[in-house]
Amino acid sequence: MAAASPAAARRRTPAAGRVSGGRAPRRERNGPLARLWRTHWYAWAMIAPVVIVLAVLIGIPLSRGLYLSFTNANESNVGRTIGMNEIPATYEFVGADNFLAILSGELGSFWPRLTWTLVWTVACTALHYGIGLGLAVALNRRLRFRAVYRMLLVLPWAVPPFVSIFIWRYLYNNDFGVFNAMLRTAGLPTVGWLNDALTAKIAVIAVNVWLGVPFMMLALLGGLQAIPKELYEASRVDGASPWQQFRYITIPGLRQISSTIVLLGTIWSFNMFPVIYLVTEGGPGDSSELLVTYAFRLAFEGIRNYSASSAYGLLILVLLIVLAVVYQRALRRGGEAW
Amino acid sequence: MVTTTRTAGPPAVRRERSRAASIGLHALLLSATAIALFPIMWIVLTSLKPRDAWRTSTVQLFSDPSLDNYVQLLTTTDFLRWFANSVIVATGTMVFGVFVSATTGYALSRFRFPGMRPLLWSLLVTQMFPVAILIVPLYNVLASLGLINNHGGLMLAYLTVAVPFCAWMMRGYFNTIPVEIDEAGRVDGLSPFGTFWRLIVPLARPGLAVTAFYSFVTAWGEVAYASAFMISNDNYTLARGLQLFVGQHMAEWGLLTAASVLIAVPAALVFLVVQRNLVTGLTAGANKA
Repeated sequence: MAAASPAAARRRTPAAGRVSGGRAPRRERNGPLARLWRTHWYAWAMIAPVVIVLAVLIGIPLSRGLYLSFTNANESNVGRTIGMNEIPATYEFVGADNFLAILSGELGSFWPRLTWTLVWTVACTALHYGIGLGLAVALNRRLRFRAVYRMLLVLPWAVPPFVSIFIWRYLYNNDFGVFNAMLRTAGLPTVGWLNDALTAKIAVIAVNVWLGVPFMMLALLGGLQAIPKELYEASRVDGASPWQQFRYITIPGLRQISSTIVLLGTIWSFNMFPVIYLVTEGGPGDSSELLVTYAFRLAFEGIRNYSASSAYGLLILVLLIVLAVVYQRALRRGGEAW
Repeated sequence: MVTTTRTAGPPAVRRERSRAASIGLHALLLSATAIALFPIMWIVLTSLKPRDAWRTSTVQLFSDPSLDNYVQLLTTTDFLRWFANSVIVATGTMVFGVFVSATTGYALSRFRFPGMRPLLWSLLVTQMFPVAILIVPLYNVLASLGLINNHGGLMLAYLTVAVPFCAWMMRGYFNTIPVEIDEAGRVDGLSPFGTFWRLIVPLARPGLAVTAFYSFVTAWGEVAYASAFMISNDNYTLARGLQLFVGQHMAEWGLLTAASVLIAVPAALVFLVVQRNLVTGLTAGANKA
């Protein structure tokens, strides 16, 4: 691939302007469109593949999902082909009926599910961040076996998530799971981990925390190592206590990375699919079902209710966008240019 | 207490921290490590037990350790076929994903062009899309293209997940490469594509490796699309196939655990090699955003 070495390239560098496409206002004889094209065609060519992929596979499905959410499409009335016969679609536009049915609680108990989804998101993100920060601070000290700890603590992230999720389901098993075996050995009554709404919720939160902490830990460790050591030295000369150092140097130093990973973590938890789908399958009953898993179930199980599922999905998206915008505003007010 | 401030060697520093604090620190890290490792250890132990030994109600670390589960898994189930399917889909996603996210990341990092901000925004917003809103229409789009129950279709679906994040990450990485290098290339008469391909891509190899890894892993571990789009056993990926072992009518935890070990070991090894790059890539992307 590479013919020219970067070092050789750098040596010849004269002080040229930044390679920014359209900044220099050049006078051309042709129309403004032609000029735009001439200055930017290579940038556009480079982004074309992604734009096409996103447009075809996200744009089209999204607009179609948007449309479906205003219809009454379900398994019995969408167009399909059975053998030689083609059955045309018979679903029709029903306006905001789906949304009304969902928001009024008529369809799929939206509000309790939203509450649980929020509890889940807040609990998971807070625990991810808190535990991740604690471990990152500990690992940032000089201590024996630091590299070993670091490597082992990252393992939960290294195992493919669906594998570790299956593992947890086995650990929680009523009769043969190791948690209950331990309780029995200790002479305590066993717990039906996934059979009771409350313990099932705690159980899935524990699984998600286990899965998500390593990412936070590594990202925060990277952030900690980027804080200049001189700050700590200077503060020590000034007689700052460890707590003051943490409060006034470490926390501000981590602001930027924290704001990004907290937002990412929130979105990931909110949309977390496999943990619920594979550990509890939404149960017992549908008590641990998140908005996302429920929307999936609507579309792919029982009588497939495509329109309601799309409406659910749209509501989720709106919630997340509102959250992201509010979050960004809050950060900006705190003086953070994100 | 912040002992890292001294530039002296570790022994001198360690003396500063009280013995109790050291013990506390190690105790904390040890217990965290134990929690992190316990499920993984347990699965390795279970996979070595006889096929039905998971049905014990007591804590047994070992009982007749053997490789029977592995033999069973490899000879009597479709595991190898699923494994091959997963490799095909994940590799395809990786190759195409790296290529398109690198070009896009470069354009976003180096050029100011009309449409740049909307593109940046849509890359960010796409990451918020719940799988649920896209899955049904995506199913329809793929079905109308005849791509249901098809490796290519699944790859395309995975690209929609992997590419936005990867392009974002690549942009962050390209931002860390000095613009002067591009300028030198342009002065020497390279086209913008030539600059990208012959100067920047070789320099960005660590970033590309991270992107490759991320897109591979995304495809390797994805459950929802695989469950919805793959209909026949022949085309199942591991994530879908393994669900058969613990479905409603059977619970073959022996086989499942053996399969888990076989899936996890290669992934974990690769992961440990690239993890340092992965964090740098993530934080570079975040800080320059």
